[in-house]
Amino acid sequence: MMRILAFCCERGPGEAIDLAGEKRMRYPADLTLIQVPCAGRVDVAHLLKAFREGADAVVLVGCLEGNCHHIYGNIEGRKKVDRAKQILDEVGLGGQRLEMFHVASNQPFRIAELAAEMASRVERLGPNPLAVKE
Amino acid sequence: MIIGEQKRLEEISGMLDGHRGILIAGCRSCVAICLAGGEKEVAVMAESLRLISSLRGKGWEIEEAMVERQCEKEWVAELRPRIEGKDCVLSLACGVGAQTVQAMYPRVRVLPGLNTSNMGAPEESGIFVEKCGGCGDCVLHLTGGICPIARCAKSLLNGPCGGSQGGKCEVSPDTPCAWEEIYHSLESLGRLDLLEEPIPPKSWLPARDGGPRRIVRKEAVLTEEQKRLKGGKA
Repeated sequence: MMRILAFCCERGPGEAIDLAGEKRMRYPADLTLIQVPCAGRVDVAHLLKAFREGADAVVLVGCLEGNCHHIYGNIEGRKKVDRAKQILDEVGLGGQRLEMFHVASNQPFRIAELAAEMASRVERLGPNPLAVKE
Repeated sequence: MIIGEQKRLEEISGMLDGHRGILIAGCRSCVAICLAGGEKEVAVMAESLRLISSLRGKGWEIEEAMVERQCEKEWVAELRPRIEGKDCVLSLACGVGAQTVQAMYPRVRVLPGLNTSNMGAPEESGIFVEKCGGCGDCVLHLTGGICPIARCAKSLLNGPCGGSQGGKCEVSPDTPCAWEEIYHSLESLGRLDLLEEPIPPKSWLPARDGGPRRIVRKEAVLTEEQKRLKGGKA
Protein backbone atom coordinates (compact mmCIF):
# COMPACT_ATOMS: atom_id res chain seq x y z
CA MET A 1 0.00 0.00 0.00
CA MET A 2 1.40 3.39 -0.95
CA ARG A 3 1.42 6.35 1.41
CA ILE A 4 0.14 9.68 0.11
CA LEU A 5 0.11 12.50 2.61
CA ALA A 6 -2.08 15.54 2.05
CA PHE A 7 -1.68 18.77 3.99
CA CYS A 8 -5.10 20.38 3.54
CA CYS A 9 -6.19 23.89 4.34
CA GLU A 10 -9.13 23.58 6.75
CA ARG A 11 -11.18 26.13 4.82
CA GLY A 12 -12.07 25.36 1.16
CA PRO A 13 -10.32 21.99 0.90
CA GLY A 14 -11.39 21.01 4.45
CA GLU A 15 -15.01 21.63 3.56
CA ALA A 16 -14.57 19.75 0.27
CA ILE A 17 -13.37 16.74 2.27
CA ASP A 18 -16.40 16.96 4.59
CA LEU A 19 -18.67 17.18 1.57
CA ALA A 20 -16.95 14.18 -0.03
CA GLY A 21 -17.70 12.25 3.18
CA GLU A 22 -21.33 13.40 3.32
CA LYS A 23 -21.83 12.36 -0.28
CA ARG A 24 -20.16 8.99 0.40
CA MET A 25 -17.61 9.68 -2.31
CA ARG A 26 -14.77 7.20 -2.43
CA TYR A 27 -11.12 8.11 -2.39
CA PRO A 28 -8.15 5.76 -2.01
CA ALA A 29 -7.32 4.59 1.51
CA ASP A 30 -3.68 5.45 0.67
CA LEU A 31 -4.47 9.10 1.31
CA THR A 32 -3.74 10.47 4.78
CA LEU A 33 -5.14 13.92 5.46
CA ILE A 34 -3.63 16.49 7.82
CA GLN A 35 -5.69 19.63 8.25
CA VAL A 36 -3.77 22.90 8.62
CA PRO A 37 -5.13 26.41 9.25
CA CYS A 38 -3.92 27.58 5.82
CA ALA A 39 -1.78 26.17 2.99
CA GLY A 40 0.68 28.97 3.74
CA ARG A 41 1.26 27.51 7.22
CA VAL A 42 3.08 24.49 5.81
CA ASP A 43 6.82 24.97 5.51
CA VAL A 44 9.37 23.48 3.14
CA ALA A 45 10.82 21.57 6.11
CA HIS A 46 7.42 19.94 6.83
CA LEU A 47 7.15 18.75 3.23
CA LEU A 48 10.68 17.32 3.23
CA LYS A 49 10.20 15.65 6.63
CA ALA A 50 7.15 13.82 5.29
CA PHE A 51 9.34 12.20 2.63
CA ARG A 52 12.09 11.39 5.13
CA GLU A 53 9.48 9.59 7.22
CA GLY A 54 8.46 7.46 4.25
CA ALA A 55 5.66 9.20 2.33
CA ASP A 56 5.58 8.08 -1.31
CA ALA A 57 3.91 11.31 -2.36
CA VAL A 58 2.88 14.52 -0.64
CA VAL A 59 0.32 17.09 -1.68
CA LEU A 60 -0.45 20.53 -0.38
CA VAL A 61 -4.09 21.43 -0.89
CA GLY A 62 -5.04 25.08 -0.70
CA CYS A 63 -8.04 27.18 -1.66
CA LEU A 64 -8.53 28.48 -5.18
CA GLU A 65 -6.37 31.44 -6.11
CA GLY A 66 -8.04 34.63 -4.96
CA ASN A 67 -10.10 32.75 -2.36
CA CYS A 68 -7.58 32.50 0.48
CA HIS A 69 -9.03 33.58 3.84
CA HIS A 70 -5.54 34.87 4.69
CA ILE A 71 -5.29 36.75 1.33
CA TYR A 72 -2.33 34.92 -0.22
CA GLY A 73 -1.53 31.90 1.98
CA ASN A 74 -2.26 29.55 -0.92
CA ILE A 75 0.23 31.42 -3.14
CA GLU A 76 2.84 31.24 -0.37
CA GLY A 77 2.10 27.51 -0.10
CA ARG A 78 2.65 27.01 -3.83
CA LYS A 79 6.00 28.81 -3.69
CA LYS A 80 7.09 26.52 -0.85
CA VAL A 81 6.03 23.48 -2.87
CA ASP A 82 8.10 24.77 -5.81
CA ARG A 83 11.15 25.18 -3.53
CA ALA A 84 10.67 21.72 -2.00
CA LYS A 85 10.31 20.17 -5.48
CA GLN A 86 13.66 21.70 -6.41
CA ILE A 87 15.28 20.18 -3.31
CA LEU A 88 13.68 16.77 -3.94
CA ASP A 89 15.14 16.84 -7.47
CA GLU A 90 18.56 17.80 -6.07
CA VAL A 91 18.60 15.01 -3.47
CA GLY A 92 17.44 12.49 -6.08
CA LEU A 93 13.98 11.65 -4.70
CA GLY A 94 12.14 13.43 -7.52
CA GLY A 95 10.09 16.61 -7.35
CA GLN A 96 7.19 14.89 -9.09
CA ARG A 97 6.32 13.18 -5.82
CA LEU A 98 5.14 16.53 -4.50
CA GLU A 99 2.33 18.68 -5.88
CA MET A 100 0.16 21.67 -5.03
CA PHE A 101 -3.58 21.50 -5.69
CA HIS A 102 -6.21 24.20 -5.36
CA VAL A 103 -9.65 22.96 -4.29
CA ALA A 104 -12.82 24.92 -3.54
CA SER A 105 -15.35 23.87 -0.89
CA ASN A 106 -17.84 22.80 -3.59
CA GLN A 107 -15.34 20.51 -5.36
CA PRO A 108 -15.37 17.29 -3.28
CA PHE A 109 -14.62 15.23 -6.42
CA ARG A 110 -11.20 16.97 -6.67
CA ILE A 111 -10.03 15.12 -3.53
CA ALA A 112 -10.44 11.75 -5.24
CA GLU A 113 -8.92 13.16 -8.43
CA LEU A 114 -5.78 14.45 -6.75
CA ALA A 115 -5.34 11.15 -4.89
CA ALA A 116 -5.64 9.25 -8.17
CA GLU A 117 -3.18 11.61 -9.87
CA MET A 118 -0.56 11.14 -7.15
CA ALA A 119 -1.15 7.38 -7.01
CA SER A 120 -0.45 7.12 -10.72
CA ARG A 121 2.74 9.16 -10.28
CA VAL A 122 3.93 6.85 -7.48
CA GLU A 123 3.20 3.82 -9.65
CA ARG A 124 5.37 5.36 -12.36
CA LEU A 125 8.19 6.50 -10.02
CA GLY A 126 8.13 3.50 -7.66
CA PRO A 127 7.88 3.65 -3.87
CA ASN A 128 9.88 6.05 -1.74
CA PRO A 129 13.18 4.21 -1.16
CA LEU A 130 13.16 5.44 2.44
CA ALA A 131 9.83 3.67 3.04
CA VAL A 132 11.20 0.45 1.55
CA LYS A 133 14.13 0.52 3.97
CA GLU A 134 11.83 0.56 7.01
CA MET B 1 23.54 44.20 5.97
CA ILE B 2 25.60 41.36 4.62
CA ILE B 3 23.99 39.42 1.79
CA GLY B 4 24.71 35.76 1.25
CA GLU B 5 23.16 32.80 -0.51
CA GLN B 6 23.24 29.10 0.21
CA LYS B 7 25.72 26.88 -1.54
CA ARG B 8 24.26 24.07 -3.62
CA LEU B 9 23.33 20.93 -1.71
CA GLU B 10 25.78 18.83 -3.74
CA GLU B 11 28.69 21.07 -2.70
CA ILE B 12 27.63 21.01 0.96
CA SER B 13 27.12 17.26 0.82
CA GLY B 14 30.66 16.88 -0.55
CA MET B 15 32.10 19.00 2.26
CA LEU B 16 30.26 16.94 4.88
CA ASP B 17 31.54 13.59 3.60
CA GLY B 18 33.61 11.86 6.24
CA HIS B 19 31.90 13.64 9.14
CA ARG B 20 29.24 12.19 11.42
CA GLY B 21 28.11 14.59 14.18
CA ILE B 22 27.04 17.77 12.39
CA LEU B 23 25.69 20.98 13.92
CA ILE B 24 24.00 23.36 11.51
CA ALA B 25 24.39 26.82 13.01
CA GLY B 26 22.26 29.68 11.72
CA CYS B 27 22.36 33.40 12.47
CA ARG B 28 19.39 35.60 13.29
CA SER B 29 20.96 38.76 11.83
CA CYS B 30 21.73 39.72 8.21
CA VAL B 31 21.52 36.25 6.69
CA ALA B 32 18.11 35.71 8.28
CA ILE B 33 16.85 38.85 6.53
CA CYS B 34 18.25 37.71 3.18
CA LEU B 35 16.64 34.28 3.74
CA ALA B 36 19.89 32.33 3.62
CA GLY B 37 20.69 31.37 7.20
CA GLY B 38 17.76 32.12 9.51
CA GLU B 39 15.76 29.66 11.58
CA LYS B 40 13.61 28.44 8.68
CA GLU B 41 16.55 28.09 6.32
CA VAL B 42 18.42 26.06 8.95
CA ALA B 43 15.37 23.77 9.32
CA VAL B 44 15.13 23.27 5.55
CA MET B 45 18.87 22.66 5.24
CA ALA B 46 18.72 20.12 8.07
CA GLU B 47 15.81 18.25 6.47
CA SER B 48 17.49 18.31 3.05
CA LEU B 49 20.72 16.89 4.46
CA ARG B 50 18.85 14.28 6.51
CA LEU B 51 17.17 13.17 3.28
CA ILE B 52 20.54 12.93 1.53
CA SER B 53 21.97 11.03 4.50
CA SER B 54 19.11 8.52 4.52
CA LEU B 55 19.06 8.07 0.74
CA ARG B 56 22.83 7.73 0.32
CA GLY B 57 23.65 6.02 3.64
CA LYS B 58 25.88 8.83 4.90
CA GLY B 59 25.12 8.22 8.58
CA TRP B 60 25.05 11.91 9.42
CA GLU B 61 23.66 12.90 12.81
CA ILE B 62 22.35 16.41 12.29
CA GLU B 63 21.35 18.96 14.91
CA GLU B 64 20.24 22.56 14.50
CA ALA B 65 21.21 25.67 16.49
CA MET B 66 20.62 29.39 16.20
CA VAL B 67 22.82 32.27 17.31
CA GLU B 68 21.69 35.88 17.60
CA ARG B 69 24.82 37.15 15.82
CA GLN B 70 27.43 34.64 14.69
CA CYS B 71 30.01 37.41 14.25
CA GLU B 72 30.17 38.19 17.98
CA LYS B 73 32.06 36.05 20.47
CA GLU B 74 29.55 36.66 23.27
CA TRP B 75 26.74 35.06 21.29
CA VAL B 76 28.89 32.32 19.76
CA ALA B 77 29.95 31.29 23.29
CA GLU B 78 26.38 30.04 23.77
CA LEU B 79 27.03 27.35 21.16
CA ARG B 80 29.59 25.56 23.36
CA PRO B 81 27.28 22.85 24.79
CA ARG B 82 25.79 22.22 21.34
CA ILE B 83 29.19 21.91 19.63
CA GLU B 84 30.68 19.50 22.16
CA GLY B 85 31.01 16.04 20.64
CA LYS B 86 30.36 17.22 17.08
CA ASP B 87 32.74 16.58 14.17
CA CYS B 88 31.87 19.74 12.37
CA VAL B 89 29.72 22.84 12.25
CA LEU B 90 27.97 23.79 9.04
CA SER B 91 27.71 27.56 9.41
CA LEU B 92 24.77 29.21 7.68
CA ALA B 93 26.14 32.63 8.61
CA CYS B 94 28.28 34.97 6.54
CA GLY B 95 32.02 34.38 6.26
CA VAL B 96 32.55 36.56 9.31
CA GLY B 97 30.28 34.36 11.41
CA ALA B 98 31.87 31.13 10.19
CA GLN B 99 35.34 32.50 11.03
CA THR B 100 34.24 33.61 14.50
CA VAL B 101 32.92 30.11 15.26
CA GLN B 102 36.13 28.54 13.94
CA ALA B 103 38.28 30.90 16.04
CA MET B 104 36.34 30.06 19.20
CA TYR B 105 36.22 26.29 18.63
CA PRO B 106 39.57 25.46 17.01
CA ARG B 107 39.15 21.69 17.48
CA VAL B 108 35.92 21.49 15.45
CA ARG B 109 35.91 21.93 11.69
CA VAL B 110 33.67 24.80 10.56
CA LEU B 111 32.29 24.51 7.03
CA PRO B 112 30.68 27.37 5.12
CA GLY B 113 27.10 26.69 4.04
CA LEU B 114 26.76 30.09 2.41
CA ASN B 115 28.57 32.10 -0.22
CA THR B 116 28.87 35.57 1.26
CA SER B 117 28.20 38.03 -1.51
CA ASN B 118 28.02 41.70 -0.61
CA MET B 119 26.85 44.57 1.57
CA GLY B 120 23.40 45.49 0.41
CA ALA B 121 19.73 45.84 1.22
CA PRO B 122 16.41 44.19 0.38
CA GLU B 123 15.07 45.97 -2.73
CA GLU B 124 11.71 44.24 -2.44
CA SER B 125 10.57 40.96 -0.90
CA GLY B 126 13.05 38.31 -2.04
CA ILE B 127 15.33 40.66 -4.01
CA PHE B 128 18.59 41.85 -2.46
CA VAL B 129 20.86 44.41 -4.09
CA GLU B 130 24.45 45.44 -3.41
CA LYS B 131 24.64 49.01 -2.10
CA CYS B 132 28.05 49.61 -0.51
CA GLY B 133 31.55 48.79 -1.74
CA GLY B 134 33.16 49.20 1.69
CA CYS B 135 35.84 51.40 0.13
CA GLY B 136 36.66 53.12 3.43
CA ASP B 137 36.34 56.62 1.93
CA CYS B 138 32.64 57.42 1.47
CA VAL B 139 31.58 59.84 -1.30
CA LEU B 140 27.79 59.62 -0.86
CA HIS B 141 27.64 63.34 -0.01
CA LEU B 142 28.83 64.09 -3.56
CA THR B 143 26.65 61.55 -5.35
CA GLY B 144 23.15 62.13 -4.04
CA GLY B 145 23.29 59.23 -1.59
CA ILE B 146 24.00 56.63 -4.29
CA CYS B 147 27.26 54.70 -4.13
CA PRO B 148 29.13 54.78 -7.46
CA ILE B 149 31.70 52.30 -6.14
CA ALA B 150 29.21 49.47 -5.53
CA ARG B 151 26.41 50.39 -7.89
CA CYS B 152 28.35 51.36 -11.02
CA ALA B 153 29.80 48.27 -12.71
CA LYS B 154 33.01 50.22 -13.42
CA SER B 155 33.02 52.08 -10.05
CA LEU B 156 33.30 55.32 -12.03
CA LEU B 157 33.63 58.50 -9.99
CA ASN B 158 32.63 60.76 -12.88
CA GLY B 159 30.10 58.83 -14.93
CA PRO B 160 28.13 57.75 -16.74
CA CYS B 161 30.04 55.80 -19.37
CA GLY B 162 28.91 55.07 -22.92
CA GLY B 163 27.33 51.80 -21.79
CA SER B 164 24.46 53.60 -20.08
CA GLN B 165 21.40 53.00 -22.25
CA GLY B 166 17.87 54.04 -21.32
CA GLY B 167 18.79 54.29 -17.66
CA LYS B 168 20.23 50.76 -17.58
CA CYS B 169 23.78 49.48 -17.37
CA GLU B 170 25.16 47.56 -20.33
CA VAL B 171 26.18 44.79 -17.91
CA SER B 172 22.56 43.69 -17.39
CA PRO B 173 19.11 45.02 -18.29
CA ASP B 174 18.17 44.48 -14.61
CA THR B 175 20.93 46.81 -13.40
CA PRO B 176 20.11 50.52 -13.26
CA CYS B 177 22.87 52.88 -14.33
CA ALA B 178 24.17 54.27 -11.03
CA TRP B 179 25.15 57.56 -12.65
CA GLU B 180 21.69 58.04 -14.15
CA GLU B 181 20.31 57.48 -10.63
CA ILE B 182 22.90 59.87 -9.17
CA TYR B 183 21.84 62.54 -11.70
CA HIS B 184 18.14 62.18 -10.84
CA SER B 185 18.86 62.12 -7.10
CA LEU B 186 20.94 65.33 -7.30
CA GLU B 187 18.27 66.87 -9.53
CA SER B 188 15.54 66.23 -6.94
CA LEU B 189 17.86 67.53 -4.21
CA GLY B 190 18.48 70.70 -6.26
CA ARG B 191 22.22 70.02 -6.17
CA LEU B 192 23.13 69.38 -9.81
CA ASP B 193 25.93 71.88 -9.20
CA LEU B 194 27.82 69.04 -7.49
CA LEU B 195 28.24 67.43 -10.91
CA GLU B 196 30.13 70.43 -12.22
CA GLU B 197 33.13 69.66 -10.00
CA PRO B 198 34.93 66.48 -11.10
CA ILE B 199 35.60 64.07 -8.26
CA PRO B 200 39.40 63.62 -8.11
CA PRO B 201 41.03 60.18 -8.32
CA LYS B 202 40.23 58.22 -5.19
CA SER B 203 42.72 56.92 -2.68
CA TRP B 204 42.22 53.18 -2.43
CA LEU B 205 44.49 52.85 0.59
CA PRO B 206 41.54 52.70 3.04
CA ALA B 207 39.97 50.05 0.79
CA ARG B 208 40.82 46.34 0.58
CA ASP B 209 43.97 47.18 -1.41
CA GLY B 210 45.69 48.09 1.84
CA GLY B 211 45.22 44.55 3.19
CA PRO B 212 42.82 43.43 5.97
CA ARG B 213 41.46 46.52 7.71
CA ARG B 214 41.41 47.12 11.43
CA ILE B 215 39.54 49.89 13.18
CA VAL B 216 40.48 50.76 16.76
CA ARG B 217 38.22 52.83 19.04
CA LYS B 218 40.61 53.64 21.85
CA GLU B 219 37.87 54.63 24.28
CA ALA B 220 36.30 51.18 23.94
CA VAL B 221 39.48 49.11 24.22
CA LEU B 222 39.73 47.53 27.67
CA THR B 223 42.81 48.10 29.78
CA GLU B 224 44.74 45.08 31.05
CA GLU B 225 43.19 45.64 34.48
CA GLN B 226 39.67 45.77 33.02
CA LYS B 227 40.33 42.55 31.11
CA ARG B 228 41.55 40.89 34.32
CA LEU B 229 38.43 42.05 36.19
CA LYS B 230 36.21 40.67 33.42
CA GLY B 231 37.91 37.27 33.68
CA GLY B 232 39.94 37.55 30.51
CA LYS B 233 36.91 38.34 28.35
CA ALA B 234 37.74 41.35 26.19
